[in-house]
Amino acid sequence: MSSILIIEQVLNGLQFGVMLFLMAAGLTLIFGVMGLINLAHGSLYMVGAFAAAAVAAATGSFLLALGAALAVAAAVGAVVEVAVIRRLYATDHLDQVLATFALILIFSEGTRYLFGSFPLYLDIPDALSGPVTLPGGIQYPLYRLALIGVGLAVAVGLWLLIERTRVGIRIRAGENDREMIAALGVDISKLYTLVFALGAALAGLAGALVGAIQSVQVGMGEPVLILAFVVIVIGGIGSIKGAFVGAILVGLTDTLGGIFLPEFFKLFMEPAAGTQVGASLASMAIYILMSVVLVWRPTGLFGARA
Amino acid sequence: MIGGMRREALINLAVLAGLVAVPLWALAVDEPFTITLATRVAILALAAVGLNIALGLGGLVSLGHAVFFGIGGYAMGILAHHAQTYTAVAEWPMLIEGTKSMPVIWLVAVVASALAALVIGVLSLRTSGVYFIMITLAFGQMFFYFAISWSAYGGEDGLSIYVRNGFPGLNTLVPIQFFGLCFAILCAVLWLNARLMRSPFGLALNAARQVPVRVETVGLNPVRLKLVAFVISGAITGLAGALFADLNRFVSPTMFSWQFSGEIIILVILGGVGRLFGPVVGAAVFVVLEHWLGGLTEFWLIWLGVILLVIVLFARGGLVGLLAGRSVAHD
Repeated sequence: MSSILIIEQVLNGLQFGVMLFLMAAGLTLIFGVMGLINLAHGSLYMVGAFAAAAVAAATGSFLLALGAALAVAAAVGAVVEVAVIRRLYATDHLDQVLATFALILIFSEGTRYLFGSFPLYLDIPDALSGPVTLPGGIQYPLYRLALIGVGLAVAVGLWLLIERTRVGIRIRAGENDREMIAALGVDISKLYTLVFALGAALAGLAGALVGAIQSVQVGMGEPVLILAFVVIVIGGIGSIKGAFVGAILVGLTDTLGGIFLPEFFKLFMEPAAGTQVGASLASMAIYILMSVVLVWRPTGLFGARA
Repeated sequence: MIGGMRREALINLAVLAGLVAVPLWALAVDEPFTITLATRVAILALAAVGLNIALGLGGLVSLGHAVFFGIGGYAMGILAHHAQTYTAVAEWPMLIEGTKSMPVIWLVAVVASALAALVIGVLSLRTSGVYFIMITLAFGQMFFYFAISWSAYGGEDGLSIYVRNGFPGLNTLVPIQFFGLCFAILCAVLWLNARLMRSPFGLALNAARQVPVRVETVGLNPVRLKLVAFVISGAITGLAGALFADLNRFVSPTMFSWQFSGEIIILVILGGVGRLFGPVVGAAVFVVLEHWLGGLTEFWLIWLGVILLVIVLFARGGLVGLLAGRSVAHD
């Protein structure tokens, strides 16, 4: 177990974490501002990835593909908000879970109908392909490094948007007291559509970026969705800061657990059994982390309300 | 209102009669597949009746009930796997052998899933609302990934059981006999459920869902009431899991998947939350839709999604609520 391997895995964990953050930020904003559990957030991730793959195949440009992912996901998000989601704000969580579960079915099967069951591929742009040498002689894929950069940039941008702009003030006001800001003359339903579209665009961006290192296929959104839920629950629902901390924590736990837990159990068990136990524990590690956090702090690390 | 009650009772009777009549008709015209579909309805209904006790009576939105379904399934799979390979389940601290006997398997399934529900319930009930939904989902994922990596019992591929397990006095390989068994269990559990709803415990639970503070004021502990409901609920869903595994003679990690947890919620909502027969109606409609729409188009899930959306947005109270009126609906 060399230090190079450890640094590589930490970077992989960070990369996974910041991509989870893109998903989780939208989810947590939507819950914080509108009080809505959106299971269909993973579908928007998938929509972004498919839009990017289709545009990249047609034009060959990765930048255009990213633009398309953002635009299409935001547009689909806005349409869904106006057509369906808007009717769910006043209902209980059970109805929200069901209606958005129904949306997953519609989106997944609709995409299968349009694009077929076979995965599409999105290539890493030439400028970002190949490895880069980091200080200390570590070879690391440039594209993954770029993902970490994009994720951190989005995190900073989001923080500036929420803390430093007028729209951000409205969003924070909407989180605290939606009746009051409606009374102050802010068009609350337009704000809701905007927040939903923003969350959708972030999910679409994540889908497109990750689509280039994995395959683009129907159902790709749900595993990420569940992880993003784990992230926001650990961080405290509604808190962007919590989403960031939770995302990094989950990304690192999952990546490092998969490498080190089997090694750890091999120290005092037979190699085969140790690998087995370590691998099963590693696949459950983030869920164990989440239940420990919830049992310890029932509203998450940075959560204010139940 | 008495009228609403009586109408609901009539609907309930009609549903039961239909669930018996269809397989009998299928037997007469020799359509064994239809009997299998009816058995599927009875088993899924049982799973949903279990969930309905937590969801409808206790107000606990559990997105992790697949855990109990899966535990029931694996209880059957593990015991029958050892019986068919003539190996012991455990040799230490005492010798435990596999079995092909349904009553023993059911007992193990019920006890194991009740224990799991107790542990998950104690931890999850510290939270509420959306956090409760998420923590039950997390437990579901834990079991799902554990089953995938548990290579001793097939890992991702699951376990096949060659011959359906036996029940004294019956030939369970005959579809109509296995249906009769599942139907009898469903009826027994429905009867227990009806008694539970009217019992002091059921009434207290109902109150704990609606106004926990008042329940506390009269000296009852709402969390403990909900915990008991969660354990009963998990045990019933676990029993359904064992039967489901026997129906397919196959268990796999998909029994633990969160999509399945979502599906059982759909069954309950489709029929009507908190209604005694809501889950039965929901399961019947779901299996018919799956079979009928699935035959019409490869993309039948789109239409299931649309139907579900319409029900959530426009027909709150589910199908039983739609037919029987809202007079006895909860909340």
